[in-house]
Amino acid sequence: MNYSIMEAITEKIITTDLPEGQFEINMGPQHPSTHGVLHLKIRLEGEKIIHIEPVLGYIHRSIEKMCEKLSYRQFILITSRMDYLSAHINNTACALVVEKGLGLEIPERAKAIRILMAELTRLASHQLWWGCTGLDLGAVSPFFFAFREREEIITIMEETCGARLTQNYSVPGGVMYDLHPTFVGSVKKIIQQMKNNFHEYEELLGGNIIFQERTKGVGYLSKADAISFGCSGPMARASGVSCDVRKWFPYDGYEKLAFEEILDEGGDCWARYNVRLKEMKQSIAIIEQLIDNIPEGDFQAKTKNVLKLPKGEFYQRVETARGELGVYIVSEGGTSPYRCKFRSPNFSNLSAIPEMAKGGKIGDLVAIMATVDLVIPDIDR
Amino acid sequence: MIEKEILLERLKETLPGCSFDISGEWLNIMVNASEIKSVINYLRYTPTLDFDGLFCLTAVDMKDHLLVVYHLLSRDSHTNVVVKAKIEDTVNPCIETVSDIWKGANLLEREVFEMFGINFNLHPNLKKLLLEENWTGFPLRKNYVDDNMIEL
Repeated sequence: MNYSIMEAITEKIITTDLPEGQFEINMGPQHPSTHGVLHLKIRLEGEKIIHIEPVLGYIHRSIEKMCEKLSYRQFILITSRMDYLSAHINNTACALVVEKGLGLEIPERAKAIRILMAELTRLASHQLWWGCTGLDLGAVSPFFFAFREREEIITIMEETCGARLTQNYSVPGGVMYDLHPTFVGSVKKIIQQMKNNFHEYEELLGGNIIFQERTKGVGYLSKADAISFGCSGPMARASGVSCDVRKWFPYDGYEKLAFEEILDEGGDCWARYNVRLKEMKQSIAIIEQLIDNIPEGDFQAKTKNVLKLPKGEFYQRVETARGELGVYIVSEGGTSPYRCKFRSPNFSNLSAIPEMAKGGKIGDLVAIMATVDLVIPDIDR
Repeated sequence: MIEKEILLERLKETLPGCSFDISGEWLNIMVNASEIKSVINYLRYTPTLDFDGLFCLTAVDMKDHLLVVYHLLSRDSHTNVVVKAKIEDTVNPCIETVSDIWKGANLLEREVFEMFGINFNLHPNLKKLLLEENWTGFPLRKNYVDDNMIEL
């Protein structure tokens, strides 16, 4: 390294005016527990966290700017790359907002297929989270248990959509193809397997006393703070905020299905862990209600080749595996959006992390980040 | 859920400086940037309205002016409302921060600041969030030009 640069850096370190006994460390962008390229600047006093500042943008791809040049059929594909674990739900959000703008009614079969796929996605996403949470807190075996079932779900996705993660299955007007002939059988099989093995999910981590000690009372987020930070999804519900979009602003026919919104008053890592596990059960219940009652008929409504939204503004929110995703489109009547904004759940959930971790130990930060379940490409977009 | 027509009747008298639009899905309140704080304060702290959730904060470049768009949600009544603050000055735009009302607005405003160049007065930590520190220009403005951008 050039000597003058070295000198400048040294000077910067020395002139950083931190109080005595305090120091700053960087966690990430290449840290295994940040699950991506999240960079946290942490100010510590011993092991105690004084202040956290997230440094973002390592995977910023300017998706919103790109959307302004893409057509209403193309911009859906790019959203698979935001929250890659809820790719299908992201696609559905975009398809819904275009349908809302066109005033398009989609066939019942397409709605049922979308919900089935969305709940399978949620199940697969929560399984990955469950495995990784164990991994982050020092338990390696849950990862293999989770991937046993997750692999089956991903295979079902591959059969029907042709892709494992970035499905791009929802299109304006319905879904891209009809279901694979073996779909119903495979889903029934995996649902039965999940139900048989669910006690393992509950016991392997939740029954472990070390895991309980590391999560109970750690990373407390109050209800008022959860609302103030705009948190959503399992994280907010673990703090007692009722915010399930599927219940409050139903789309695709969620209002016809019987399922519970899981709420917990705990607000700590343990509550967030329990909310997600119970949500998996609700997803299984939704799939069971639908799998024998998929309506017959078309899987796609007839649409024009070139889609043009009327002048105006459209907003659609959906519940992804991590919370509320909103797509806000300002249209000037052209073939591509004038302005497209994605209100991503992870962005708001991340902003609560400094508050939750403040005053705790640095080891607990790993537990907090594991249970908040961040996906970084969704934050940076 | 409070219907947008009923909400409009209630807000018409109490917010005289604003104009309203009910053509969309939700009620839109258009306000000048200088009055944004009083409108937001009214919507947030009036007990019968109680818009306690800011779920989306963004901006739109309308070429001759800038719009800062606030999407608010009342968790009691599950009512949505959109507040749009108009900033006439596109060269040196500024507006008051709402990060003292909602903590989540802190990062959202930083993103709008770097993408649109809108200054949020009294923001506690206004600096770039996603872009590099030495980035010039505001990428989400319509007049932004980058030499690396290629028209396909």
